[in-house]
Amino acid sequence: MKQRWNRKDLLGLRELSAEEITFILETADAFKEVGTREIKKVPALRGKTLVNFFVEPSTRTRTSFELAAVRLSADVINISASASSLAKGETLKDTARNLEALHADILVLRHSSAGAPQFLAQRLQASVINAGDGAHEHPTQALLDLYTIREKRGTIAGLHVAIIGDILFSRVARSNIFGLAKLGARVTLVGPSTLVPREFKKLGVEVSHKIDNVLPNADVVNLLRIQHERQRKEYFPGIGEYTRFFGLTKERAKLLKPDCLIMHPGPINRGVEIDSEVADGLQSVILDQVTNGLAVRMAVLYLCGGIAT
Amino acid sequence: MKQGRENSSAAVPIMDAEAIRRALQRIAHEIIEGNPQLSKVVLAGIPSRGVEIAQRIAAFVHRIENIDIETGVIDVAMHRDDVGTRPELPVVRASKLPLPLEERTVIIVDDVLYTGRTARAAMDAINSFGRPARIQLAALVDRGHRELPIRPDYVGKNLPTSAAEKVRVRIGSAKEPDGVWVERT
Repeated sequence: MKQRWNRKDLLGLRELSAEEITFILETADAFKEVGTREIKKVPALRGKTLVNFFVEPSTRTRTSFELAAVRLSADVINISASASSLAKGETLKDTARNLEALHADILVLRHSSAGAPQFLAQRLQASVINAGDGAHEHPTQALLDLYTIREKRGTIAGLHVAIIGDILFSRVARSNIFGLAKLGARVTLVGPSTLVPREFKKLGVEVSHKIDNVLPNADVVNLLRIQHERQRKEYFPGIGEYTRFFGLTKERAKLLKPDCLIMHPGPINRGVEIDSEVADGLQSVILDQVTNGLAVRMAVLYLCGGIAT
Repeated sequence: MKQGRENSSAAVPIMDAEAIRRALQRIAHEIIEGNPQLSKVVLAGIPSRGVEIAQRIAAFVHRIENIDIETGVIDVAMHRDDVGTRPELPVVRASKLPLPLEERTVIIVDDVLYTGRTARAAMDAINSFGRPARIQLAALVDRGHRELPIRPDYVGKNLPTSAAEKVRVRIGSAKEPDGVWVERT
């Protein structure tokens, strides 16, 4: 039988085939079941060491990876940028090589520079998992989004997914675009023209600047967080204006089909990109995404970290 | 994979569909005899052929005693002791057992019993769901060569083999009849 997974690293969804993505989702099904057991821990990665190396701050992604690794019986070390010797001027490569000299088997990297995980993956024996690199890719977030859609709707092919918000700076959007397109979904990007430039059409998606035209036809809406920390004035007039034109308010949510899923990668800005009532409503699967993220990350760690090197 | 290929040159037929049917029927009788409280029994098949065999045994029990015993799936891939040492990573599947396991007898069902490592992994997997009153082991074929102190409670056929041979089982195929073969590799 042909091996369905042969990669030591997960760097992005762009380079994965539809079959590989589907295989990760199927593997995640098995690991989701582990979360329902009395003892939520399996020995699959016993003896392996995982380093969570987060050069950019993150709580939920890092915690999710940590819990995923612990449930696979791996040992986990967490390193943040401020606590590492990067702050003392060591290069990324030297830091990573030092981690490898300690026999780390899996390196989960969050970095502000696009391409940092690729750079390390080519130079290290250890598996490198991209936990978000700049505005490039965030593959495990997109995989958990795909998993949640597939779980709730049975399939992804043929669905119409609207990704709304700050697309330009969003690695979540990019990974979602690649993954959704490979699995046969129709994707519409929605947002102000400064944050959703028409160049995105080259990726095979539709672009709209009028949210009210898109909402009635969507099977899934994925709302991205407005990243205050990355915003500059020239892209973005103001929070109030964004909400008025693109926020999923109570009133706008009435435009949605009754079975349309509402997703958000978190952390949500209540009252900015989504109203509280909508975020907590029946169509919202935001907390399912968190639960599924754990299963998807267990699957990725198992597949990348479990093969003999 | 143990998937059968009967026309492969060195394959020696060991059991045909009828022999498998009779063996599973006998196992059903033995399970009935050994478990006065049949309602507490769970047949937990190891994917994929063990699941099919468990369902067949349950069907025989139903025919004989008119009692529906529960069946489940116990996947062992994530409990194996050789992950990271083999070039091929075992495919993981979701397990499914009726809960709670306390006071139940879980019978692990597999097609071929060999080293015993799969049975050990299955026991570990079962224990992560709870603490059954008893765990037992049923196999269609016992080919010997145990590497762990494990013995089956129910056996369809004892089949002495050499380690150089492969035992192939086909059961529940939509196109081809059931059978067991030994292949020299």
